[in-house]
Amino acid sequence: MLVWEDRTMYSSTVMDHFKNPRNVGEIENADGIGEVGNPLCGDMMTIYLKIDNEAIQDIKFKTFGCGAAIAVSSMLTEMAKGKTLEEAKKITNKSVAAALEGLPKNKLHCSNLGADALHLAIQDYEDKKAGIVRPKPKREDKHDHQEHEGGEKCTCPYCNIEVTDDALFCTGCGHLLKELH
Amino acid sequence: MKLINLDYISANPILPEVQEAMIAALRDNYGNPSSPHQLGDLAAEALQKARESMARLINSPSPQEIVFTSGGTESINQAIKGVALATSQKGNHIVTSNIEHNAVLRTLRRLRMLDYKVSSVAVDENGRVNPTDVAKALTDQTILVTIMHSNNEIGTIQPIEEIARITREKKIPFHCDAVTSVGVIPVDVRKLGVDLLSFSANQFYGPSGVGGLYVRSGTSLWPLLDGGVQENNKRAGTENLIGIIGLGVAAELAVRDMDSRMNHCLRLKKKLIQGLKDTVDDIFINGHPELSLPNLVSVSIKYIEGEGIVLMLDEEKILVSTRSACAAGALQASHVLLAIGRDFADAQGTLVITFGQETTDEDVDRFLKVLKSVVQTLRDMSPLYKK
Repeated sequence: MLVWEDRTMYSSTVMDHFKNPRNVGEIENADGIGEVGNPLCGDMMTIYLKIDNEAIQDIKFKTFGCGAAIAVSSMLTEMAKGKTLEEAKKITNKSVAAALEGLPKNKLHCSNLGADALHLAIQDYEDKKAGIVRPKPKREDKHDHQEHEGGEKCTCPYCNIEVTDDALFCTGCGHLLKELH
Repeated sequence: MKLINLDYISANPILPEVQEAMIAALRDNYGNPSSPHQLGDLAAEALQKARESMARLINSPSPQEIVFTSGGTESINQAIKGVALATSQKGNHIVTSNIEHNAVLRTLRRLRMLDYKVSSVAVDENGRVNPTDVAKALTDQTILVTIMHSNNEIGTIQPIEEIARITREKKIPFHCDAVTSVGVIPVDVRKLGVDLLSFSANQFYGPSGVGGLYVRSGTSLWPLLDGGVQENNKRAGTENLIGIIGLGVAAELAVRDMDSRMNHCLRLKKKLIQGLKDTVDDIFINGHPELSLPNLVSVSIKYIEGEGIVLMLDEEKILVSTRSACAAGALQASHVLLAIGRDFADAQGTLVITFGQETTDEDVDRFLKVLKSVVQTLRDMSPLYKK
């Protein structure tokens, strides 16, 4: 991956998955559905699962987001397809990003969506099977850091310097970071 | 396949006449304008010629009121920080608008760290500042007003003359960021009545890395760069003569060709807007319907995100710009689009299409055709798009 201080390019694997995304679409009567992110946050991903014999027989996605978000969705579905639910639960945001040969720092938050959506979809299936009815999570209109469990460290979107999760401004460039990183 | 550049705002192509002048200067005019010998004289003459050409383009009363810089960003930093530092004894309050370029906004943010106060006036749904709001924002501590001439994302042109009448009456310096206007549409500093005005050569077919600041004589300004006596003591450092020579030729061509360029662009703009409306449903055209740059169209395409559109168009050799948060690197929707009332999701799918005298009808036709299929591909992928 070519990384400059102020410009970052996607790996060829990312570009391949962005240009030819695998498993786009919805599954009718899906056994599990997971939706994360929201349009106000900049990206949103929905994962549909067809489950047979405790394994993912089919998986499809719909994503609103940048090239990285689409590539993450595509790679995730490739990785999950055919796996047992227990195996699929082990897919992490980091392993998706690694399979894509890395993502630009500013785009790591996109990879956070992928595995989260998959895990939510699996949980949805398991809940249904167990007869648990959970209230449908409401779409928040704010970017929520808590969603990104297991995600990468926060970096200032303006100068790429690493900052703490609750930093109000970047120690590198002085930019205010309210709800930005 | 021909490359279709619809991203002129990132950098204009450099016109052949400009290239030739710069190449000739690289070969023969590498001297330092400060040197008291013949090579220095040659350089100083070329520098003065460029200054005169630039003064003509913005109708500056004297060429000496032009300060050459490294481009729009430096000019803006120089104007704002220069006035703030020079007049800090008089006050600490600066007035701006909600839709300024980051070069203005982040300069002001930096000054806030030094205890300057900033008031930012809102714009209407077309992105226009109301001069009355500027008048209301002024206090007895106000030392500078900075409002852009035209907006780089939506093209809306501001009522600079009216605002300048207010600031002149109160004797408050007025800086106008005219980077996207100078060389594109008529900008006349005398008519506008501004004290400082920033411009950049790469917006009128000159090279990147060179621009300037008009400084009305009598304006208090601290230089950002101290050292030699170049640029009338306002910008130390040996001049980027090759770039400045390119700027000068580009300025001459802009004076000569402005009307024909504007007519050509306006015609393409109308065609493009009509074509977008006919080709893609659920879109917004951003900016003022009339008081807007002739070479810029901003369109928000619902349900999809701009970076994806840019990358897919790039595959088809069509270059455009986006104001989506994801593509900008800053994970924040464009402050300009939010200021005119777009929500975060719609702001995400915004393209800035900019063009020039080389752009043809066929370019626009092909762009529209490819865009239609790209939008459909991305919408078919989007959970927000229900068909």
